[in-house]
Amino acid sequence: MPLGLLGKKLGHTRVYDASGNVTPVTVVLCGPNRVLQVKTQGGKDGYNSVQLGFDDQKEQRLSKALLGHIKKQNGAAVKRIREFRDFSKDVKPGDIIGPTLFAVGDFIDAIGTTKGRGFEGVMKRHHFAGGPATHGAKGWKRRSGAIGQRLFPGTVMRGMKMPGHMGQVTRTTQNLEIIQVRESDNLLLIKGAIPGSEGDYVVIRESKKRPQGWKPPVSISNKKKASDKKAAAAAAPKK
Amino acid sequence: MNQALQEKIESEQYRKEAAKFAVGDTVKVHTKVVEGDKERIQIFAGVVIGKRGHGLNETFSVRRISYGEGVERVFPLHSPRVDKIEVERQGAVRRAKLTYLRKRLGKGATLVNEKKEKAAPAK
Repeated sequence: MPLGLLGKKLGHTRVYDASGNVTPVTVVLCGPNRVLQVKTQGGKDGYNSVQLGFDDQKEQRLSKALLGHIKKQNGAAVKRIREFRDFSKDVKPGDIIGPTLFAVGDFIDAIGTTKGRGFEGVMKRHHFAGGPATHGAKGWKRRSGAIGQRLFPGTVMRGMKMPGHMGQVTRTTQNLEIIQVRESDNLLLIKGAIPGSEGDYVVIRESKKRPQGWKPPVSISNKKKASDKKAAAAAAPKK
Repeated sequence: MNQALQEKIESEQYRKEAAKFAVGDTVKVHTKVVEGDKERIQIFAGVVIGKRGHGLNETFSVRRISYGEGVERVFPLHSPRVDKIEVERQGAVRRAKLTYLRKRLGKGATLVNEKKEKAAPAK
């Protein structure tokens, strides 16, 4: 996890680019992130990582143990703490980092907890087709159908898709592009949707599959270049 | 996201000069069209038959008769592709959505605000 931030999903809006295309974006509050501890390979911990804290809160709300740890490291009381392994930026305890860790055009992964849906049927949970609505069918609209075979194997296969609890699990959305970095507001505008509802905490980390400096494969990049030229041509006469 | 923050992000993208027109007005919409490497302005002239949405999401529909066939186009109000919106003449309407114009042809489809026309003759 070379770079990462803790954040809070605020909501959605849209952004126009110079050529008039609309991009849907998620607005994420990503700062201030406080560096609470730096662990090193050669030190006591035996591995490299950075501990970040996000969302300031009253000191009285923390346990004395946690507060002691934070105070020792020159930090401030926070709601969320998370460790990022092999942080690629040099930081020291007490530092404050924010959305400027990322630049426009970088790709990120967003980790969050999906919205809880409660106990859901197979149509919503597993996208089953359900039964026929007409042709004499009765009471079959949302049922799953058969779940097994005959006397052999005589059991329901493991992992059979059935109704049950849906949502409220940690999920990662990969390879999302950063559209805007707003330093003064501590905001990141990220293309597309990320897990969770508004107000939920999320982790924004550098994309595993598209780290900084990632170039698209040739077949894609050629196409993109052509469209870039067009966009540049469209933007040029205006300026 | 609170309203103020949303407004802050979106208002940066609003049109520099607010377009002043109402439903029923006859307008000329100057749109930027990209042909090959060149960009030119194309004009779509017609009657505004409705507006919807607010803020950055606001759009308006323009109806015109082109070669005897009704054509309607929906423009995002704040799109950078919409260069400017000129009001040709103001209309007198009592509805927010002028869908009834679709059934009308010729003179029946003209909306003239005579009071306003007299006070300020059309450009």
